[in-house]
Amino acid sequence: MVKEIERAGLPVVHICTIVPISLTVGANRIVPAVAIPHPLGDPSRTLEEEKVIRRKLVEKALRALQTEVSDQTVFAE
Amino acid sequence: MTFRVVHYINQFFAGIGGEEKAGEVLPELRQGVVGPGAALAAELKGQAEVVGTIICGDGYFAEHMEEATAKILELLNSCKPDILIAGPAFNAGRYGTACGAVCDAAAKQLGIPTVTGMYKENPGVDMYRKNTFIVSTADNARGIKEAVPTMAKLALKLLKKETVGLGPEEGYLERGVRRNYFLEETGAQRAAAMLAKKLRGEPFVTEYPMPVFDRVEPNPAVKDLKNATIALVTSGGICPKGNPDHIEASSATKYGEYDISTFAALSEADSETAHGGYDPTYANKEPNRVLPVDVLRDMEKEGVFKKLYDKYYTTVGNGTPVANAKRFGAEIGQKLKKDGVSAVILTST
Repeated sequence: MVKEIERAGLPVVHICTIVPISLTVGANRIVPAVAIPHPLGDPSRTLEEEKVIRRKLVEKALRALQTEVSDQTVFAE
Repeated sequence: MTFRVVHYINQFFAGIGGEEKAGEVLPELRQGVVGPGAALAAELKGQAEVVGTIICGDGYFAEHMEEATAKILELLNSCKPDILIAGPAFNAGRYGTACGAVCDAAAKQLGIPTVTGMYKENPGVDMYRKNTFIVSTADNARGIKEAVPTMAKLALKLLKKETVGLGPEEGYLERGVRRNYFLEETGAQRAAAMLAKKLRGEPFVTEYPMPVFDRVEPNPAVKDLKNATIALVTSGGICPKGNPDHIEASSATKYGEYDISTFAALSEADSETAHGGYDPTYANKEPNRVLPVDVLRDMEKEGVFKKLYDKYYTTVGNGTPVANAKRFGAEIGQKLKKDGVSAVILTST
């Protein structure tokens, strides 16, 4: 899906937990997530803390979308 | 002498539990066969013995690949194995990835042969096909009857150091390994024969298949985020409560398109996940953990970007055929492009 949406002409950022799979399927901008059943959250924290984690991941995703890339790039930091 | 086989399986095939246990089961070693190991042992026909079974949860493995691999290697080494057989994993993506990674590590660090089994579209295939023998299986566990004998036969050949034939003959997926051998006819004669067949419209088999690099060039970055419209897409199965369009829990044949224009956030009262491939507890309780509508709505209000697109698109990425996912992606991409969306955030579980 990531690749076909990109092919339609839109930059896509893939927020996902298993980065090697994302690299294999061909995502170009990748942001590693927290865990499989809760990629943008952490149930061991309070809901407020979780939202902070989520906000940071989304901010990172938006930064990735604003970054020119020529090849597959993992935005780890 | 009898060869020593160690078998690697996940928490599901070990009978420990399904998705609810996937993240909890740490690598462990049990003596002898467990689950599908019984069928494997029977096929080894007394020439090799399954001395131990290593079990690890798929979720645990995927989220702690380095630690899990190190621990599994340690357990494996303690068994003094002659070979490692993993799976088969069919079309289970995380299980296939784990099988491939464990085989790869065992071959590299312990120097033993390895065999696993997967459906050809399993993401583990492209990641590890060069490093291990991956027997081609059906896409679901009903194919175990065909998969296990092929895996056992190949394993015995490797143990006895017999010559292993080409992938299509032995039942494994091509590894991209070339071996030199002599033929009676020269390359020119074979090429001319192939061309003649092609001209006559007859079937022919190429001797050098071209690799398929299906890559899409990255699109230019978003230059003016303040005026951008951002859309959300997910393969994590988030949908309105009750799953009105009946998106399948696995092997999805459709995607949903749902309005969020009036939503400040998703909640357990209005949304849930249709995904059958991970423990849904956390997504059902707080769906923003998979589809971050709450945070994006906040940022829209703050003016970080102009607009959160009114709809989100969703499907279940669980054993979903690549052809379906391609079609969903192409259709979604066209709709978003037509509606002037600037960029997409796609979340996966």
